Amino acid sequence: MNLHEYQAKQLFREYDISVSEGLSASSSQEAEKIALSLNVDKWVVKAQVHAGGRGKAGGVELVDSIEKVKAFADTWLGKNLVTFQTDEKGQPVNQILIETVTDIEKELYLGAVIDRSSQRLVVMVSTEGGVNIEEVAEETPEKIHKAEIDPIQGPNQLQAEKLASSLNLNEVQTLQFKGIFHGLVKLFIDKDLSLVEVNPLVITSSGDLICLDAKINVDSNALYRQEQISKLRDPSQEDRREASAAEWDLSYVALDGSIGCMVNGAGLAMGTMDIIKLHGGEPANFLDVGGTADSKRVAEAFKIILSDENVNTVLINIFGGIVRCDVIADGIVEALTGMGVSVPVIVRLEGNSAQKGLKILDECDLNIIPASNLEEAASLAVKASKGDIT
Amino acid sequence: MSILIDKSTKVICQGFTGGQATQHCIQCIDYGTQLVGGVTPGKGGQIHLDLPVFNSVKEAVDATGASASIIFVPAKFCKSSILEAAESGISLIVCITEGIPTIDMLEVKVRCDELGVRLIGPNCPGIITPGEAKMGIMPGDIHLPGKVGIISRSGTLTYEAVKQTTDLGFGQTSCVGIGGDPIPGTSFIDVLDLFEKDNFTEAIVMVGEIGGTAEEAAAEFIQSNVTKPVVSYIAGVTAPPGKRMGHAGAIIAGGKGTAEDKFKALESAGVYTVKSPAEIGKGIAEVTGW
Repeated sequence: MNLHEYQAKQLFREYDISVSEGLSASSSQEAEKIALSLNVDKWVVKAQVHAGGRGKAGGVELVDSIEKVKAFADTWLGKNLVTFQTDEKGQPVNQILIETVTDIEKELYLGAVIDRSSQRLVVMVSTEGGVNIEEVAEETPEKIHKAEIDPIQGPNQLQAEKLASSLNLNEVQTLQFKGIFHGLVKLFIDKDLSLVEVNPLVITSSGDLICLDAKINVDSNALYRQEQISKLRDPSQEDRREASAAEWDLSYVALDGSIGCMVNGAGLAMGTMDIIKLHGGEPANFLDVGGTADSKRVAEAFKIILSDENVNTVLINIFGGIVRCDVIADGIVEALTGMGVSVPVIVRLEGNSAQKGLKILDECDLNIIPASNLEEAASLAVKASKGDIT
Repeated sequence: MSILIDKSTKVICQGFTGGQATQHCIQCIDYGTQLVGGVTPGKGGQIHLDLPVFNSVKEAVDATGASASIIFVPAKFCKSSILEAAESGISLIVCITEGIPTIDMLEVKVRCDELGVRLIGPNCPGIITPGEAKMGIMPGDIHLPGKVGIISRSGTLTYEAVKQTTDLGFGQTSCVGIGGDPIPGTSFIDVLDLFEKDNFTEAIVMVGEIGGTAEEAAAEFIQSNVTKPVVSYIAGVTAPPGKRMGHAGAIIAGGKGTAEDKFKALESAGVYTVKSPAEIGKGIAEVTGW
């Protein structure tokens, strides 16, 4: 789950990690009030969406009058912001953040992530702030300095000092950095985060360290114990179909093709997409119906797949381990009967109770094309999507 | 022969009396697994599936001499269940549960390593030695005792590899699902090493997927440590970047973890790769000449 910048900064404040002064607004009146209350004559106004690249897309501005704050709010609130990270429709702007202006002496980078290869929480810093950090990592990896946090011992002073010295910080800044470092690690663990990025972390003209931006991803597996964080979820930033799939415990990702896929198991669902592509077709989605799929969930899965108007064929690929193929078959028949599905449906059932499942499909009067293996299923689906079989 | 488990392995189940656990324990017993009891706190003294239920792993180990445990408890209790097993003399833990917070796994992994305990999973189908025993949720009947060792991050793709090697008559020594989480208890390398040292494993199937760099690390390991032929398939060539594909660990992040990179690393390490999940069995036939 992603958080907005204003939410991330609020969490930073709670952990004494210094950020610029500011608040979020959902109307231009509120924006005006906040701007006045900050008691300055210049502001940074930032559209709040779950995507990077806002500055280049016009979603971040430096303004010098209350009128311009209000104008920015009127321009963006209720509109969609399109950046290089969003799709062509963009992400809706429901909040803007109004902040005081920070005079920047130098831009740095600070990040924290669960590093899968070292199996540690890793804090990273770089003197190359304000730019694409992936490029820095690729081209000049020696400019990124890391500290691996021991899961039992926690962070230590030496790690903070080493990182601070790699950033060439003076004594006062080193002290400030230590606070930020320990606060960040504590925040990360307390709130079950999976990624924090501060790009840039800046040295201000008065010599202080401040987090100018804040990006936070949360480990969705941990939301059951993160009541405060769970409340920060913004469904308006999520794909509608992905969100409604999640309500049924289905994992769905929309793609661009024409062959809708319903598969059990994440790996096999990806494998099914791959084999469709190998046969010259294009998958319309990733969909894992999970290990305990019943007829209701199968029906919901159908609804989600068919809500994509590009879908002209459906391929169902089930290798029953936990899930029983006859239960899936019942679900398919029930769903197809109830929905009046007009596109061809290719079904491959294997494993747990596959024969029973195939018998159920065989005995129904629906337009279902059975396949005896994965290869054949993919080939049939691609043919059907090209109109070669109906 | 086999790795990790055989018919003499004494197994307990944590979360024994739950619905999923019960269903799968019945199948494990039917398959030949020596299940000797289970643990459900508060239900000690009861009998379930004709086996004793204990309040703690310690009691279960003391009473049954079990060395392995299969865990079905809900995600929020997994950290304490795994640590309890690891600290009570269990040397092999298989955790089936999906959805454990990653922060929990960081500590669990360190503790298990310190104690010399082998943890398989979480978020995995488990392990099976065909014809002998299984600790997991895989359908037993698709397996055949034989000579291919299978390792996979995905459950159903493991079944795919199993079915194909069974249909061709090669069979399997053991199959290990290491799970789809970002921090797995056991890595590809750990299992590759076990298969390399197992005299009865003649070829290895490794099924990977997008996300992380475990396959790249495995490729490096194979190049210098594995003499047996390895066939590999990586799922997710068509997966878009930045999207989590079902598994918590299956995500291309910051341009890293693509299927292309993994295929490339494996190929340059001399691994025979297949681009279709339907060609894993054929790949084995190709590299072994069987």
